[in-house]
Amino acid sequence: MIASESQLQRRQWLSHAMTAGAFLCVLLALVPLVSVLVYIGGEGLRAINLDFFLHLPKPVGEVGGGMANAIVGSLELLALACLFGLPVGILGGVYLSEFGSSKFATAVRFTADVLSGVPSIVVGVFVFTLMVRPMHSFSALAGGVALGILMIPVVMRTTEELMRLVPGSLREAALALGVPRWRTILLVVLANARGGILTGVMLAIARVAGETAPLLFTALGNRFWSFSLKEPISSLPVQIFTYSIAPYDDWHRQAWAGALVLILMVLSLNIAGRLALRRRMEKAR
Amino acid sequence: MNRPETLPGRETAAPAGGGRIEVRGLHAWFGTHQVLHGIDLDFSPRQVTAIIGPSGCGKSTLLRTMNRLHEETPGTRLTGSITLDGEDIHAPGTDAVRLRRDVGMVFQRPNPFPNMSVRDNVLAGFKLNHEKRKDEREILERTLRSAALWDELKDMLHKPGSSLSGGQQQRLCIARALAVEPKVLLMDEPCSALDPVSTNKIEELIFELKKSLTIVIVTHNMQQAARVSDFTAFLMVGKLVEVGATRKIFTSPEQRLTEDYVTGRFG
Repeated sequence: MIASESQLQRRQWLSHAMTAGAFLCVLLALVPLVSVLVYIGGEGLRAINLDFFLHLPKPVGEVGGGMANAIVGSLELLALACLFGLPVGILGGVYLSEFGSSKFATAVRFTADVLSGVPSIVVGVFVFTLMVRPMHSFSALAGGVALGILMIPVVMRTTEELMRLVPGSLREAALALGVPRWRTILLVVLANARGGILTGVMLAIARVAGETAPLLFTALGNRFWSFSLKEPISSLPVQIFTYSIAPYDDWHRQAWAGALVLILMVLSLNIAGRLALRRRMEKAR
Repeated sequence: MNRPETLPGRETAAPAGGGRIEVRGLHAWFGTHQVLHGIDLDFSPRQVTAIIGPSGCGKSTLLRTMNRLHEETPGTRLTGSITLDGEDIHAPGTDAVRLRRDVGMVFQRPNPFPNMSVRDNVLAGFKLNHEKRKDEREILERTLRSAALWDELKDMLHKPGSSLSGGQQQRLCIARALAVEPKVLLMDEPCSALDPVSTNKIEELIFELKKSLTIVIVTHNMQQAARVSDFTAFLMVGKLVEVGATRKIFTSPEQRLTEDYVTGRFG
């Protein structure tokens, strides 16, 4: 049946209205995002200077100084988090995707989903009990483990999902060539999911880079350089937290600068990852 | 059910390269569902055997039991035997990975590895096994030539395999299977996703390849079976209805069922 003129008009009107509605919602979603970025950018740029990157925090009462130790500390903590979180996360994801039909795997999957919903402060307390208390010290190591634990569920589930997306026909193609299963998983399935997994890893890093609560219980913070994994270590989020609740204007200023640097760090991590990925794909061409 | 008879002109002695497959009393189950009911079939070297039959008759399953790819489907079970040059390929001691070196396979949809170049796709059987070959260059040229792809692709060996046309991709997959020098080539509806021109090319290829290989081809296309095969086996609901020389199956089959099927009265 052919739609009558009025029906057609009504449909077109509805289509326009829906398109406009969808566009409006996108704008609405962008408002907080953009205003946060613009505000931090503005405040941060006003506060930031070379000293911020090169110097340690000044003692209370003195103006100036920077967060050099927090920037390095954050990078160090993230590296430790990757060291602990990525192997477990990626290999766990491989297990779930390749051998994931058992009851045990279902339980693992469920646990991972629950873990990704657990407030990060709980993980902080957990690592406090597990590592900080027995070792009688807050430490970079404990901070790295806490962030690593937070990365595991994200990395594990993305790895699983992306490996499942690799067509079964590729797996069969490799097996039919006389390639053993483990090589097939590693060199065909994992290799084809690599790009997506890398993106997932970057998202996981970006997520934990801004975590503050678990670090309060583990890495604690440090006003000086930290040269040992067994010592408390400074990190940007904790430093931002400490500085923004302090009653000094100069510290507030530095907290804004810290927030800007943190955002830029996450951003550049993302861009660097994506560029590396694109280069590798072009090389394969 | 017919036992495969020795037909005039049918090669019985295996050539030096081997590649003779004998299926005896093969039953197969997916869970509780029986897909194959006592299949007896022989596949001889330097012959093309087509397996035809309606959808779901177990053609593909039969094919996949010959390189043990059916094991990828959880819950499959077999009784009976399949031998390759006298060796039971389902015996507990037989290594499926080694078997698949001798029994290559081409799938319904072209499946080149998208993250690899044309060159690496052809050499995938070695590359994925980290086997270093000094004669890579020769293998590459020889197999691409035998897949009738060399002239088309010799200047784009570094392009990704997925950038080729569908027909080229399928011939690339054939080259990939040939590179590891199998004795048997299993083809699971290799042309069903291709246009007529590409189909024609693959069929010409089959004529060339059968000079040195045992070829088993599952096909939905009766004309194709008539064109490319020397022997035809007709399967229905997991049973072998009839097997014989292709010309005989298509002109004067012994079973009424076969005649009805090949003349298009059902299926």
